[in-house]
Amino acid sequence: MMKFRLTSQVVLPLLGAACVLVLWAVVSVSVATDLPSPVRTWQESRRYVLEPFFKDGEMNQGIGRLAFYSLVRVGKGFALALAIGTPIGFLLGLSRRFHESFDPIVQFMRPISPLAWLPLGLVIFQKSEPAAIFTIALCAMWPTVINTAVGVRSINQEYLNVGRVLKLSRLKMLTRIVIPATLPYVFTGYRLSLGLAWLVIVAAEMLTGTPGVGGFLWQEYNSLVYSHIILSVLTIGAIGFLLDRLMGLVEARVRAH
Amino acid sequence: MAYLEVRGLRKAYVTPRGRTAVLGGVDLTLDEGELVAIVGYSGSGKTTLVSLIGGLLAPDGGEIRLDGAPVTEPGPERGIVFQQYSLLPWLSVRDNIALAVDAVNPGLAAAERTRITDEFIALVNLTPAAWKRPRELSGGMRQRVAVARGLAMRPKLLLMDEPFSALDALTRATLQDELLRIWGERRSTVILITNDVDEAILLADRIYPMTPGPDAVLGPAIEVGLPRPRQRRHMSLEPAYQKARQALVEFLRSSYRSERPRPPRVA
Repeated sequence: MMKFRLTSQVVLPLLGAACVLVLWAVVSVSVATDLPSPVRTWQESRRYVLEPFFKDGEMNQGIGRLAFYSLVRVGKGFALALAIGTPIGFLLGLSRRFHESFDPIVQFMRPISPLAWLPLGLVIFQKSEPAAIFTIALCAMWPTVINTAVGVRSINQEYLNVGRVLKLSRLKMLTRIVIPATLPYVFTGYRLSLGLAWLVIVAAEMLTGTPGVGGFLWQEYNSLVYSHIILSVLTIGAIGFLLDRLMGLVEARVRAH
Repeated sequence: MAYLEVRGLRKAYVTPRGRTAVLGGVDLTLDEGELVAIVGYSGSGKTTLVSLIGGLLAPDGGEIRLDGAPVTEPGPERGIVFQQYSLLPWLSVRDNIALAVDAVNPGLAAAERTRITDEFIALVNLTPAAWKRPRELSGGMRQRVAVARGLAMRPKLLLMDEPFSALDALTRATLQDELLRIWGERRSTVILITNDVDEAILLADRIYPMTPGPDAVLGPAIEVGLPRPRQRRHMSLEPAYQKARQALVEFLRSSYRSERPRPPRVA
């Protein structure tokens, strides 16, 4: 266990945050006077934070409730991304023919922005909810695909030789050697995919107008309640940070053999 | 015909930087139940020879026959104890060994396979550590697991590739004694690859010196005339020990001195 250090783990991070707050306050009174100051942001947002689960209407809800909607949506999209991405990654890593056939497509689709997929999702599914999940899955799966494929291809030859000497069946080779050896890479892919899924959610909700942190952000922009944009942005950051830490813990457990 | 016949085995590696001839016609014979050592400098191609006999690599020329059948692919009848142990880090000691037991006894009932696995764990004195993962074990314990796994394949031939070279001197001596005991009990057919002259004399019936590569070959076999069971103590005082050691060291020295060695072919 790392030793707890007051200076490096509490004082300095707080100092950094204070610097950003000051900068924000200065900008809000000088350059961009439409930008709410930190104090005004808090005054206009306190109800959303202090009563995180109130519900006055479809789009006027506590930030906890909005975050929950977003998390559920991300959870579905992320799960779909893993369910599709993991087997594709293994196939890319295991079969040269499959790799030659589909790797160019993967490289081609990887850089396409969520903003480009979403309208297509709406055309296909006709509804905003499945379109959003489709978009999240399609954008978030690539790190899983690529890390899994790289993991399979970098399995230590020693381990494969053990399997060859024992003449393990294809199935046993996969379950006893290939999958366990690849797992650390797979989970690194999962962590990166979750980060992407969370990035995509905001765009997806903004475009579809579904209730959630991103949808709220866009609605408050249109209603000129700028302090709530900042509230949403901070919430998105905090949740993204927590998700990454959480997956980091899972990843560390998998790597620890 | 001998139990293991290796005739004119050649292997070269082709890399972007050119072709390296590693083995230049290796001949080797082994009778059933023999423990034969191959001694040579590091980098002379000993691991390549193990990989070829193990079937992990295909030779460029020559042939290998074990018990009459040509070797074309890897298989558990030629068990390998790898230099780097090659234990699967996600499996416990028990599961590493069970993997081998299950692979060679597919027809047996689960209870019987468990019993055999326990037997091999006990053979290398690892019963108290059976549930540990390789990372929790010392180097000597890891190599014990690797030896047990190799034996658990019930191989016709056990190939040991510098099994003790990564261990400290004290642990190495302990494991050599253990190998001597296990071999005394089971009389497996073993090829032991090593760069340690004393280890070879202590353990082997016969020793083949290997010339340094490229184009490495085996020199004439040196018989170790020491009676069994052998004891490490006082062994170095025996005339038979000194005779074998002298012959071995002399061959290795002379083959090393000559530049671009064109070593003597053995009929």
